[in-house]
Amino acid sequence: MNSFFQYFADIFNGVKSLLTGMKVTGRYFFSPWEIVTQQYPENRKTLKMYDRFKGEVIMPHTANNEHRCTGCGICETNCPNGSIEIIQDKIDMPDGKKKRIIDKHIYHLSMCTFCGLCIKTCPSDALAWGQEFEHAVFDRTKLTKILNKPGSSILKDISE
Amino acid sequence: MKEVINLPVKNIEEEEYHINMGPQHPSTHGVLRLVVSLQGEIVKSLKPHCGYIHRGIEKMCEKDTYPQIIHLTDRMDYLSAHINNHAVCLLVEKALEVEVPERVKYIRTIVDELNRIASHQLWWCSFGMDMGGLTCFFYGLRDREKILDIFEESFGSRLLHSYYTPGGLMMDIHPDFQKNVKVFIKYFRKKIKDYDDLLSGNVIMQLRTKGVGVISKEDAISFGMTGPTGRGSGFSCDVRKHHPYGVYEKVQFNEIVRTEGDTLARYLNRMDEMRESMNIIEQLIDNIPAGDYTAKMKAVIKLPAGEYFQRVESARGELGVYVVSDGNKTPFRMKFRTPSFSNLSTLDYVSRGCKIADLVAIGASMDYVIPDIDR
Ligand code: SF4
Ligand code: SF4
Repeated sequence: MNSFFQYFADIFNGVKSLLTGMKVTGRYFFSPWEIVTQQYPENRKTLKMYDRFKGEVIMPHTANNEHRCTGCGICETNCPNGSIEIIQDKIDMPDGKKKRIIDKHIYHLSMCTFCGLCIKTCPSDALAWGQEFEHAVFDRTKLTKILNKPGSSILKDISE
Repeated sequence: MKEVINLPVKNIEEEEYHINMGPQHPSTHGVLRLVVSLQGEIVKSLKPHCGYIHRGIEKMCEKDTYPQIIHLTDRMDYLSAHINNHAVCLLVEKALEVEVPERVKYIRTIVDELNRIASHQLWWCSFGMDMGGLTCFFYGLRDREKILDIFEESFGSRLLHSYYTPGGLMMDIHPDFQKNVKVFIKYFRKKIKDYDDLLSGNVIMQLRTKGVGVISKEDAISFGMTGPTGRGSGFSCDVRKHHPYGVYEKVQFNEIVRTEGDTLARYLNRMDEMRESMNIIEQLIDNIPAGDYTAKMKAVIKLPAGEYFQRVESARGELGVYVVSDGNKTPFRMKFRTPSFSNLSTLDYVSRGCKIADLVAIGASMDYVIPDIDR
């Protein structure tokens, strides 16, 4: 007799548990705004990433096309996977000495693991995170970037 | 007329045959290949084939400096990236006898627990999906999104953060961090009830997990099972309790141990751990002391020659880091004792005699992360 009641109790509890679950799904079915997180790419125009978002490594330039990089190569040594190549150049100073400047700061976005060591260890804060994240391209050579813009020079107060 | 070929018909009910589960099978959660030997639908034995995503992280560590190693540990168990970072940072700090500021310890503990919740949420998603309830996947991911947003705002990325550095943190937390975490805890306390309604109490899920894949305490210990999986078998192995690091000594929390040892116990353990993690965060979030976010460290970190070991409780169990240093700036040898690998070793033992559908349930309850197995 006991097992007989148990049998029906099991059926009843089983159906009840299913209905409890369906109550949850039913609630969200009628309130879809609770379940939607964001509508990418429809919201591309208004989408703003957080300030600290790590999209890519960039070198901020001032309005006069000046950057802060001295070409010291510390970021290159600290990068764990060789994503940065520094090509240095020497210029003659008025006092006859030679001075090291940056010729090309080559950044391989395709190899970068976004560890942030280059940005953290740069002694003159020349690098920063950029918020661009749509990096898909058809040709991977496009992912190799030269961070110092053509014709740019080093900021006065850094070089002194 | 076609010639009829009479092939000898094999009775598959009696013969053992092998099928490959994976490497591209949704319920192995990655590239894990299980060669299952079946008789009918009964699993006779099982051979895991690892190595599909082996990247040689331990070997790569030998050429990297200690700050560089951090970003590789992210990529082992990517779902508890912060906790993996923590292990290496603690090891370096222990070897150099650096005292990190209190603020750093608080932040690290809070972030670790947030990471644990996020990891368990994803596990819940995939557990539900393996059981055939795709809805769970959407609900779980929706709530995980909230944590990832907090991470993204403070640390810049959602999955692989590289946020800890030996001696401290990459940067300070975002000014809104505390506020957002509190909002999240309030939100998730409500939503976790949905989880219970939807899956924990569900009759199908109960029938498929209760008494399935039972591991005794002795077996759990001899296989080295740790984390919620080991604690489901009554093995009290919470590193946070037994070898506290961070500020775990200062907070009140329970170690979740169940003695049934079956799939349901492992499931419920993780559900309770999420609640425990929220308790820990609530105790800490208002008391983060002011101060520096990093200790003074030398530019080049060299560990004194010797052997070092450090363990932490990652979302899957005990993560151990072992370093042999010869006094250089790179380790001479580095070894990770990853929880998923030890937990995987039980799978053959526990699934023998189960049905193949039970194997999926057992695998889901163990919560493997394949890069953590292969490294
Ligand atoms: S970016 Fe910074 S670290 Fe790299 S070369 Fe320029 S100044 Fe040096
Ligand atoms: S973020 Fe890391 S991997 Fe990327 S360029 Fe900088 S140091 Fe290299």
